Amino acid sequence: MARIEPAETLFLAPLSRPAPGSAGRTGTWRVVKPVVDLDKCTGCMLCWLYCPENTILKTGEGKVRIDYEYCKGCGVCANVCPFHAIEMVVEG
Amino acid sequence: MVVNIRKLPDKPYIMPGNAACPGCPETMGLRYVKMALGDNVVLVIPAGCSSVIQGIAPRSGINFPILNIVFAAAASAASGMKAAFEQQGKDVHVVVWAGDGGTGDIGFQALSGAAERDEDIIYICVDNEAYMNTGIQRSSLTPYGAWTTTTWTGKKEHKKNVPAILISHGVKYVATASVGYPADFIEKLQRASKIRGFRYIHLLAPCPIGWRFDPGLTAKVAQLAVQTGLFPLYEYINGVFRLSPIARRYKDPKKRVPVTEYLKLQGRYKHLLNKPEEIRKIEEYIENTWRLIEALEKTFTEEGGRGEQVFRAL
Ligand SMILES: Cc1ncc(C[n+]2csc(CCOP(=O)(O)OP(=O)(O)O)c2C)c(N)n1
Ligand code: SF4
Ligand code: SF4
Ligand code: SF4
Repeated sequence: MARIEPAETLFLAPLSRPAPGSAGRTGTWRVVKPVVDLDKCTGCMLCWLYCPENTILKTGEGKVRIDYEYCKGCGVCANVCPFHAIEMVVEG
Repeated sequence: MVVNIRKLPDKPYIMPGNAACPGCPETMGLRYVKMALGDNVVLVIPAGCSSVIQGIAPRSGINFPILNIVFAAAASAASGMKAAFEQQGKDVHVVVWAGDGGTGDIGFQALSGAAERDEDIIYICVDNEAYMNTGIQRSSLTPYGAWTTTTWTGKKEHKKNVPAILISHGVKYVATASVGYPADFIEKLQRASKIRGFRYIHLLAPCPIGWRFDPGLTAKVAQLAVQTGLFPLYEYINGVFRLSPIARRYKDPKKRVPVTEYLKLQGRYKHLLNKPEEIRKIEEYIENTWRLIEALEKTFTEEGGRGEQVFRAL
C-alpha cells in the first residue's frame, strides 16, 4: 500500500477551522435587537458572561457594545442586566 | 476559590455566527468550559446539537479542537485519546461534551465503563432534557409531565438520576451545575481540573426550542430550576458530599420558589398547569430528590469537618 504523507492526510481529513460566520451572517436572524444605554451601564459584565453568541464586546471604557453582524437577538443579555441598561427594540 | 467575572479570559471560545438557535444553552456552557480550563482542552462530542452548532465545513463555530464521534463511543474515544496524550507526554484535558440522550441512553455503557476504569477524563453531560437535535424526542432524562414529540400528553416517567448513578460508581468527582449560574459551573470545572481520574459534571441546559420558552429566558429558567428545588447543585469529591453554596438555602422547603413559577414559563408543561394532581407529582419528585440529597450528605460526610478540608484544598 502506498504510504500517505502527513500533509496529504491532513488534506484528506474532514477538518474545519474555527471562524466567525460558520452559519452565515446570523445578525439577519434578528427580529428584535439589543440596544445598550451607556449611561445606565455600570460595566458589570454579566451580559458579556451570559451571551450565548459571544457578540457582547468589551469597550476600552469598561462598558459593552453589541456585534450586530452576528447577534441573534435572543434577549438573554437584556434579561440578565441588573441595571436594565439593555432594551430590546423591534428591528426595522 | 471565587470566580471574578472581570478576570475571566475574553476570547471568542464560541465563534459568532454559528448555527445554534438564539438563546442556546449549549453555546453558553461551552464558553464557560474554556473560560475555566483555558486552551489546553480537547473536546469529544457525540451526535447532538453541539455537532451541528459547529456549522458547515470548512468553518467551525466552536473554537476548540474537537473529535466528533458516534454516540456509543464518546467516553471510550476520550479514554483512548487521553492514553495517547499520556504516551506523548502531553498534559491535556480531554473533555466529553454529550447531550442527555448521548449520556443517559445511547452512550451510557461507554460512560459507565470509563467511570469504572477511572479514566483520567472530564465527562460533561449537557442536559437539555430531550433529543433536541433530531426534533425533541423524549430521553430517559426528560422529566415527568413534559411534552415532547414522542410524549404528546406528557412523559409518564420521572427523570433518570445520572449524577447519583455516577456517585455509585465511586468516581473521584461528581457535580451538578446549571447554565444559570456560570460562576458556580466555572468554579466546579476548575476544581475538577485539579483532580486526576474520572470526573463527571451534569450541566442543566434549558433549551428554548424544546422547552418552549422565550429565548431571552434561558438563564432565568436555568436559575428557577435550582430555586424551585427541582435541580439541586452539589459536589461530591473523593467520598465527601456537599451542597453548593448557592443551593443550600433551598434545602428548606419554605425558601423554595413554587414549582409552578418554573412550569408556567415553559410551553412543554402547558397541558398540566390546571391539573393540581399532576403538579403534585412534580412536587413529590422534588421532595424525594431532597430526601436523597440528605441521605448523601449524611453518608458522605466524615467527622471532624473533613468535607470542608477536601473542598478548600482544591
Ligand atoms: C446511533 C445513533 N442513533 C441516532 C442518531 C440520530 N441522532 C443524532 S443527534 C440525536 C439527538 C441527540 O440528543 P442528545 O444527546 O440529548 O443531545 P442534544 O441534541 O439534545 O444536544 C440523534 C437521536 C445517531 N446519530 N446515531
Ligand atoms: S449587564 Fe448591564 S450593566 Fe452590566 S455590563 Fe451589561 S449592559 Fe452594562
Ligand atoms: S441578544 Fe442574545 S446574541 Fe445578541 S448580544 Fe444579547 S445575548 Fe448576545
Ligand atoms: S435545539 Fe436547543 S440545545 Fe439545540 S441548538 Fe437549539 S437552542 Fe441549542
